Amino acid sequence: MDFEFSDEQRQLRDTVQGFLAKEYPFDRLRALKHSEAGWDRAVWRGLAELGVLALGVPASLGGLGYGPTETLALMDACGPSLLLEPLLSSAVIATALLREYETSAAAAELLRAMGEGERIATVAHFEAGAHFDTHWVDSRASLRGETYHLEGRKAVVLHAGIADVLLVSARTAGGTADAAGISLFWMPRETPGLELVEYFNVDGQRAADVHLHDVRLPSSQRLGPEGAAFDAIERAFDVGLAALCAEAVGIMQALTDSTVEYLRTRQQFGQPIGRFQALQHRVADMVMHLEQARSMSYFAALRCTLADVQARRRALSAAKVVVGDAARFVGQQAVQLHGGMGMTDELKVSHCFKRLTAIGIMFGDSDAHVQRFAEITRAQPS
Amino acid sequence: MNLEFTAEEQAFREEVRTFLRERLPEDVKARVLGGRELGREDYLVWQRRLYERGWGAINWPIEFGGTGWNAVQQLIFDEESAAAGAPRLIPFGLKMVAPVLIAFGSPAQQQRHLPAILSGEAWWCQGYSEPGAGSDLASLRTRAVRDGDCYVVNGQKTWNTLGQFADWMFCLVRTDPQAKQQSGISFLLIDMKSPGITVRPIALLDGAREVNDIWFENVRVPAGNLIGEENRGWTYAKFLLGHERSNIAGIGAAKRELARLKRTAAEERRRGRPLLDDPLFAARIARVEIDLIALEITNLRVLSAEGAARAPGPEASILKIKGTEIAQAISELLVQAAGEYALPFRRESMEAGWQPGGAQAAMSGYLNQRKLSIFGGTNEIQKNIIAKMVGL
Repeated sequence: MDFEFSDEQRQLRDTVQGFLAKEYPFDRLRALKHSEAGWDRAVWRGLAELGVLALGVPASLGGLGYGPTETLALMDACGPSLLLEPLLSSAVIATALLREYETSAAAAELLRAMGEGERIATVAHFEAGAHFDTHWVDSRASLRGETYHLEGRKAVVLHAGIADVLLVSARTAGGTADAAGISLFWMPRETPGLELVEYFNVDGQRAADVHLHDVRLPSSQRLGPEGAAFDAIERAFDVGLAALCAEAVGIMQALTDSTVEYLRTRQQFGQPIGRFQALQHRVADMVMHLEQARSMSYFAALRCTLADVQARRRALSAAKVVVGDAARFVGQQAVQLHGGMGMTDELKVSHCFKRLTAIGIMFGDSDAHVQRFAEITRAQPS
Repeated sequence: MNLEFTAEEQAFREEVRTFLRERLPEDVKARVLGGRELGREDYLVWQRRLYERGWGAINWPIEFGGTGWNAVQQLIFDEESAAAGAPRLIPFGLKMVAPVLIAFGSPAQQQRHLPAILSGEAWWCQGYSEPGAGSDLASLRTRAVRDGDCYVVNGQKTWNTLGQFADWMFCLVRTDPQAKQQSGISFLLIDMKSPGITVRPIALLDGAREVNDIWFENVRVPAGNLIGEENRGWTYAKFLLGHERSNIAGIGAAKRELARLKRTAAEERRRGRPLLDDPLFAARIARVEIDLIALEITNLRVLSAEGAARAPGPEASILKIKGTEIAQAISELLVQAAGEYALPFRRESMEAGWQPGGAQAAMSGYLNQRKLSIFGGTNEIQKNIIAKMVGL
């Protein structure tokens, strides 16, 4: 049993934190949020130069071939900066998914370019009405001769508008709720028939609904065997869920720190408001949520690559419930304890709160994960 | 970073399991797993069996007859003992006064008291709280005045746990009423058979006899029973609190009670279906179980940080608050699981075991477990500590 980061992992954290302190101060984030692009390609290249984008890329493809513990260290360190760049969507989730297909030349080439910061990819999997139910795929791909024809719509695809390549799931067999029969395709964003309706999410990150209007792809753009992509997609999002938990913990730590600092300096009734016990106890509750969430971010990182699917799902659901509830509590109370200032765009507090709110929803909210946890536990009493 | 126990630790777990399987008395086990009250002999018979095995004191150094186990071994022992239905270790001697004796006691005091604690011959109790000194313990007023080779003690202690079983008490007394609160306190060992001691039970909401009021009227205590120096008792009391907090999270017992909750909910029927299949109830259980997983890992983090001898943060308070919240939540769900049969409540009938199914003793447990967030430093005091630790 060991909860320490290795020297290498600590060094990674320090390097990234140093870089972001210089290149991604809060005023930079705010300016980017109000810009048309909504992200900074120069920062992305900077992260590539640090090796961050190659973290999950196999060593055989010029990457570092690291696993979830390094991702944990990275995401925890990046959390407080509230990066608008596609770190989670491309460098973690899409990278993890492509790694499943690294024997395919197309995937290998893409992975190499992603590690160098030259290409960005995102996974278009979840659909409207699924509420993050991972099986729920209604988009269809039908093979006519050597060509797949894709029809359907993908909901809230992260960073789709800046991705060079989309990894799109579509059903080649079975019913909407089946795990079997889901296939995976890669396609450049300019592919005819691919229509993006772009928007910004509540946290300022770019996203889009991706419409597939008779998108035609040669069968060579299918990754892996037909109808058998679900397991790989789930594994990639499981790695992403663990990374999201780590990011949330990084944000919550920063938010708790800045709330304590505010309570020590803000004066009312002739004294710092941090002297009031009602507020002290609120902070104590924030700290408890934070530490329980930190524990579960470790748990998620150490369990997100388990081969036993049910054990993996159970662990990740438990982690998401604790982290999601903590994100909600810490975010809400940080705003509350900052008073009116917590409501302003001028303070980072509100930006952290919005990202934590998004994290609470992403990949399934607490109720959904409590339900999944209960179902798995009932079927396999521990 | 990894969560796995080593091969040696796994082997140790097996050793503990085997011992529990072979030596834990069936009747005691049944009472623990059924959530029933335990008597003095239940605790002591188990302490004696542990002693025979050389495991009389899992938290003491080897030179005093302890096992010298590290924190992980103690955790494994606690987990397995709780799961198997062993009584909890009697804390007052083993975990409270013994560490003080080992650190601050004279060789004579150590030789007199430690072996009897180890072998399960002596039962200790704690004399800390007073009617006017609860969370604000340092305001205690029980007086001890030096008279020749004795101290003469007068005053009242309250919330004394299981003092009716006790042979000895470790007691905080005021020896210098002029000094600043914390500086005038001494740490005395008092023979419970001394003339002038009156022990009277406090009637509790669940009908159990668990705590007492204790009066001291001109009780003569040999000066040789003073621990360390006069007026330095607060230092020893604080040291004791630090040791009391080992296993503060109560993970093992919580897991055992959670298992009991699931068994009960699987047996209970609501509209002909197991209560465990009711989605709302299943979700309630799931939330507690998830909270417990998180606490278990937080507890492991604290253990491994202690191993690395890092300065302690607010973790002990977090473990206390979350551990007690979880235990209370489980006890509440056990009541809910019992449905209408949570209502009939008479201790004698309950002990006769007439209530149906696994619902027995649910209400009693619920009522009793309300104490958890009050004793050992109320959860509100714990929150004060956390806030202070982070700079408020």
